[in-house]
Amino acid sequence: MNGLTIHRKIEEHTGLLIFGILIVSAIGGLVQLLPVLNQESLETATSNTRPYTAAQLTGRDIYIREGCSVCHSQQVRPLIAELERYGPYSRAGEFVYDRPFLWGSKRTGPDLHRLGGKYSDDWHRIHLLDPRAVVAESIMPAYPWLDKRSAKETGNITAKFIALRRLGHPYSDEDISGAEAELEGLTEMDALIAYLQVLGTGLSGEDEGAAL
Amino acid sequence: MTQSSNYYHDKITLRLVQFSVIWAVLAMTAGVYISAELVWPTIDFGQFWLSFGRLRPLHTNGVIFGFGVSALMATAFYSVQRTSHVPLFAPRLAWFCCYAWQLIVLLGGLSLLAGWNSSKEYAELEWPFDIAIAIVWVCFGIVFFGTIATRKIKPIYISNWFYGALIIVIAMLHIVNSLAMPVSIDKSYSLYAGAQDAVVQWWYGHNAVGFLLTGGFLGMIYYFLPKHAERPIWSYRLSVVAFWAFVYSYIWAGPHHLHYNSIPEWVQSLGMAMSVILLAPSWATMINGIMTVSTAWEKLRSDPALKFIVLSLAFYGLATFEGPMMSIRSVNVISHFTDWTIGHVHSGALGWNAMVTYGTFYFMIPRLVDRELYSVRLANIHFWLALAGTMLYVMAMWAAGVSQGLLWLSVDQIGELSFDFKDIMASMTPYYLLRLVAGLIFLGGTVLMAYNLYMTVRGRETARVTVPAVDPAYGVGA
Repeated sequence: MNGLTIHRKIEEHTGLLIFGILIVSAIGGLVQLLPVLNQESLETATSNTRPYTAAQLTGRDIYIREGCSVCHSQQVRPLIAELERYGPYSRAGEFVYDRPFLWGSKRTGPDLHRLGGKYSDDWHRIHLLDPRAVVAESIMPAYPWLDKRSAKETGNITAKFIALRRLGHPYSDEDISGAEAELEGLTEMDALIAYLQVLGTGLSGEDEGAAL
Repeated sequence: MTQSSNYYHDKITLRLVQFSVIWAVLAMTAGVYISAELVWPTIDFGQFWLSFGRLRPLHTNGVIFGFGVSALMATAFYSVQRTSHVPLFAPRLAWFCCYAWQLIVLLGGLSLLAGWNSSKEYAELEWPFDIAIAIVWVCFGIVFFGTIATRKIKPIYISNWFYGALIIVIAMLHIVNSLAMPVSIDKSYSLYAGAQDAVVQWWYGHNAVGFLLTGGFLGMIYYFLPKHAERPIWSYRLSVVAFWAFVYSYIWAGPHHLHYNSIPEWVQSLGMAMSVILLAPSWATMINGIMTVSTAWEKLRSDPALKFIVLSLAFYGLATFEGPMMSIRSVNVISHFTDWTIGHVHSGALGWNAMVTYGTFYFMIPRLVDRELYSVRLANIHFWLALAGTMLYVMAMWAAGVSQGLLWLSVDQIGELSFDFKDIMASMTPYYLLRLVAGLIFLGGTVLMAYNLYMTVRGRETARVTVPAVDPAYGVGA
């Protein structure tokens, strides 16, 4: 039986066609995804990477809600210009508590992975309320509503911690029972700034070649 | 056989086309608006639902799932009946697909404005919508493959393979990538974290482009181009080879979205190599299409619908050449994170997807209502507006993207950065302004088409098309 005869069978049989497409299209994904999903080094945290606190996690969910990752990447590539502009290049182990990942695909604004500690909380507050007050050229939107909403309104933080613990994040019972209290008195603005300030702080001297 | 089953179910197709055109106008308007926000950042007026970060996913989801998928469903239902010589299998289920899908797009769009966003590109809708999408998609598959299974023609025509691949592979990608732990109705956490999530997401993201925006629309080409040119496909054998090569190799290409990112290098290199290989099946299909019209060029003079379809093949060729080039790591180092990517996406989405769809609508709608197109002149104007808008858009983004890429990486003789990020960003304004104009031109053309099709359909019922007799040489019993 030559190739064309075999193919004639497929093109005259609905089931074979469905089955054929499924098998042929699955191969590439299996070869790439299975090793990556089973690679332990991609799940091993760098020395200073910690699960997000209640405020940081809430801030991160606000970052997601507002679509910040549409214009800001969180991925410093190992290139000279990027090391100079942003700092040490990004390591897989810094993202192990990131669900979903927020590396982004576009830099309309600058990369934010090494943002933590670069500016004061006050700078961020002014910048988020009126970006052009601190960066005249900025084309970033303003976020006036963040200051008016309580961080508790963002979502049920206890349920979030429980969900993440189910997925393997090491939250203790005390972490979970104390989560709600940590958000006491914080606005969404405070939570977002708490997240921005922890970005990229997962490396320390213990990590091999951490300076780069 | 009952009396009613002697006619093709074309009302569903007409309704889906109407929805598709509405979504096109709305989603492209959103696109024009956010492009204006990049020039005048305060025109969101402090309103959260007008904020760039919320409107952008609305724009992409509206175009892909509103305009694109409605058009794909419409043309799949139209062509699978005609290539199988039977009416749709389970027409009520087909109607359910039609309306349930529109509800998902409508409510999903509103949920994006409300900030329900999983942030995974082209899969931003939250888990309740993911489940609804999976259900409708399975129903779409039942109607489509059910029609093929009950066909009267022995061979399954090539266009149906592409629509079939669209249905099967998108289901696989959607389910695997959307797996998540729900927290509340509007929030879930991805089953995958960090680098692993990135690889899964771009396996999905790239192949949503591959099997929805490429594979699905190739199905459209394989049915409507030969029909329209009144020529058979130039080489059926080439289409067979190109199909399997396409289905096999596209799925590997995702990691080229993650060059120099924190994922294993072998995954990046493999993704790059397979992306370059992908040029072959992509161009095989383009050549097959161009050769099919090659003895019918004179039709281009009088027929705007065919002009759209042939031009879409040219842009398909351009985008599927540019894509593999951009996937090469040393090119990607410049193009990644820049507006070049946005330009590339739009040479595909405007030049290829929208144009082939417009051409198909101009061909199909007059046949669906059995009346001549309201105005060939308006359709010709639309053609030139679409071409001008796309060219201007792509060129503006090339200029912007290449500048960004080179200026970001530029260091002086002692290794200091040559330019400040914000200065490079500020220098983009003229390009962003040009892009806004380009978007307006393209949107203007789309509005003209909406008017033209509305005037064609107005006051008409869907024509009843009887299922023709089957040539015994090709019949199931042969």
